[in-house]
Amino acid sequence: MDFASYIQILDSTIRLSTPLLLACLAGLFSERAGIFDIGLEGKMLAAAFASAALSYATGNVWVGLLGGIFAALLMSTIHGLASITFRGNQLISGVAINFLASGLTVLLGQNWFQLGGRTPPLGAGARFTEITLPFADDVANIPILGPIYADLISGHSILVYVSFALVPASAWLLYRTRFGLRLRAVGENPAAVDTAGVSVKGMRFAAVCICGVLTGLAGAYLSTALSSGFGREMTAGKGFIALAALIFAKWRPWYALGACLLFGLLEALAIRFQNIDLGLIVLPVQFMQALPYVITVVILAGFIGRAIPPRAGGTPYVKEL
Amino acid sequence: MNSSDILGRQETAAPSLPLAIELRGISKAFGTVQANKDISIQVKAGTIHGIIGENGAGKSTLMSILYGFYKADEGQILIKGIPTIIPDSQSAIRAGIGMVFQHFKLVQNFSVLENVILGAEDGALLGPSFTRARNVLADLSAEYDLDVDPDAVVENLSVGHQQRVEILKALYRQAEILILDEPTGVLTPAEANHLFRILRGLKAQGKTIILITHKLREIMDITDHVSVMRQGQIVSSLETSETSPQDLAERMVGRKVLLQISKSAPNYGDEVLRVEGLTLHDEQGVERLSDVAFSIRAGEILGIAGVAGNGQSHLLEVLAGIRNAQGRAFLKSEVLNLTGKSANAQSRRAMGIAHIPEDRQDMGLIMDFMAWENMGLGYHNDPLYQHNRWFMNNDALLDETAAKMDRFDVRPPIPTLAAKNFSGGNQQKIVVAREIERVPDVLLIGQPTRGVDIGAIEFIHQQIIALRDAGKAILLVSVELDEIMSLSDRIGVMFDGHLMGVKDATQTNVNEIGLMMAGIAPPQEGII
Repeated sequence: MDFASYIQILDSTIRLSTPLLLACLAGLFSERAGIFDIGLEGKMLAAAFASAALSYATGNVWVGLLGGIFAALLMSTIHGLASITFRGNQLISGVAINFLASGLTVLLGQNWFQLGGRTPPLGAGARFTEITLPFADDVANIPILGPIYADLISGHSILVYVSFALVPASAWLLYRTRFGLRLRAVGENPAAVDTAGVSVKGMRFAAVCICGVLTGLAGAYLSTALSSGFGREMTAGKGFIALAALIFAKWRPWYALGACLLFGLLEALAIRFQNIDLGLIVLPVQFMQALPYVITVVILAGFIGRAIPPRAGGTPYVKEL
Repeated sequence: MNSSDILGRQETAAPSLPLAIELRGISKAFGTVQANKDISIQVKAGTIHGIIGENGAGKSTLMSILYGFYKADEGQILIKGIPTIIPDSQSAIRAGIGMVFQHFKLVQNFSVLENVILGAEDGALLGPSFTRARNVLADLSAEYDLDVDPDAVVENLSVGHQQRVEILKALYRQAEILILDEPTGVLTPAEANHLFRILRGLKAQGKTIILITHKLREIMDITDHVSVMRQGQIVSSLETSETSPQDLAERMVGRKVLLQISKSAPNYGDEVLRVEGLTLHDEQGVERLSDVAFSIRAGEILGIAGVAGNGQSHLLEVLAGIRNAQGRAFLKSEVLNLTGKSANAQSRRAMGIAHIPEDRQDMGLIMDFMAWENMGLGYHNDPLYQHNRWFMNNDALLDETAAKMDRFDVRPPIPTLAAKNFSGGNQQKIVVAREIERVPDVLLIGQPTRGVDIGAIEFIHQQIIALRDAGKAILLVSVELDEIMSLSDRIGVMFDGHLMGVKDATQTNVNEIGLMMAGIAPPQEGII
């Protein structure tokens, strides 16, 4: 394998990690505030559909993006109402959101476009295009560094750069600001926040909304940047892999970047190496495709050691002395 | 003594000191339960005001109203003479009220500094808040003997230090009125004394302190005034100097009580239970019991004192057969297996070891089961309750339950009432009746009177003494030092999984036991 192939694999790693990273950070905000969110998958799916449909209808990808964020926010609001306002079970609410998104996207898609749940392919203005960074063409011929800049770093859609910039931004928000302090506190001991005179519900709704915006970005990326159009169930478990990455990352932004890049790499390898000839046997393509999921299970089964989730996670807050 | 002549003695506020807080006619009902009824209290600025009452007397509800957790149905709160409405905690803080809760409201994995500024930050960025808080904490520490490392993570602090963080939180918010809810429940006597020093210091600086407690001694030690609550009402408001523990206890309960338990001299028989080298590591590998050894004779109560969480609970569970452990144990020179198949609660009961668990709602009872069903728990295989191989004889159990409820004065005496519908004291009586009426050779008791009203405490203590006088061996674990001191024939103290020593109750005192509770070993001669 030559240098160009490595660059290629890493390049697709970045593309494939982006939706995971956005979803993982989305989950991080929600779960750090004590709201478990198993519905990342459903929100991404709803956002992917809404952005593709609106992009197609208007021919403007930015309208599509806003539509995606709106759809995910709507789902988040449902989750927030169920688990914060009405103190329902967060897992059940999340599962419901996944079912809702899965059914609704196909139903509306078939009704509107008659393509078996798909949206029509998106034209040039209706999807995110790749951005070529300055001087990329000039430096492309410099050995090693040239291709790294021109092929690996340059040439992604705006959402890729946004997602990577969100990692330091999230870390700063969580650890350096008043909002972050309160958000982390509300996931650890909401009573401490409440008795300090801060609204627990307000903090938790804020976190759930951030989660909605980020899953909206993730979904829009899937259907308008990574591919050009929506296909049914196109999230294909990415929301759950993002959850796994979140646990792997122990609910920390920088670790989340590492975890998502790892899962992205596994996916990229599965695409690059279809059949692997080991001499005696040939590993079929299905093996490589299953690998990210197998590794997810292995990692969650204890490879990472003890991951302590936010202590108040999953439990609705009830005022008491 | 009826309440009207107590009220007749209610003193009026001396005009010299202004009032920090005045409550006028506060009432609060939850459904049909009247938690607070027409409560009026006047707390003078710069004093320590005690509020004493039994569990369920309405103290917590009253404080929740003051801190904005509940809204009073009726009544008025005046702070420094100004009528104030407190709809939420934010308003309480603004009004200068600081609260130190019984269960601390701290974020365990935050630093002290982060906990202190939470909700009282100076701006959107944390940097400046940290700098200011660090300086303020340094000043407060020096001024009030409230020494805490600002960068320590709360979960690594002792309970006493965590409580100081709570006090610092209130002072950082410039609280003028500090309310402490049962502050000494989790402290060693030395830590409690330190707390009282801090409180006296705060009072000297002009702060007003409200101390809520059920411990008579604390009221007598530190308060200037005391209000007594019973069944949601204030029954007396007095100068502390004009009352006595006996007097306060009677006002709390509404009738004569025996504070001192009458107990005859012990009449020891043969050794019944012996434990050697008992060592236990929990699921996380933490050592919970470390080479514990003791013995109990027939007709003896061995009390185990200690701050909660020092291994007493694990000791009870090992002896009751709920946990496995290393070491050796003998029941009347018969080996008691601490591991393996026979190390379970059922075989222990069959051998004559009964267990009244520390947490009756979690381990002692099934809250949704009726009283008679609970009465059979653990003894459900007894032939008495069986018709034949397949069917239980529920009628036998029902009849027996009715008889036991009568003998133990469980109210209401209805065997078909679910356990959750009894008060704490009556729930405990059901558990105690179930275990004691079997007349076991060894009785293991954890926290027999936690959350139990004074009347029931008296009764349960009498039952324990009666069992001892019947020549049975009793292991009593309690975090209430008064209870240990008054019931035990010998007293052992646990600290960090070690049995620090065993003392004869007649030859020791609270100071010595208190030192052992803090991990300071006594002279060796008393250890058996």
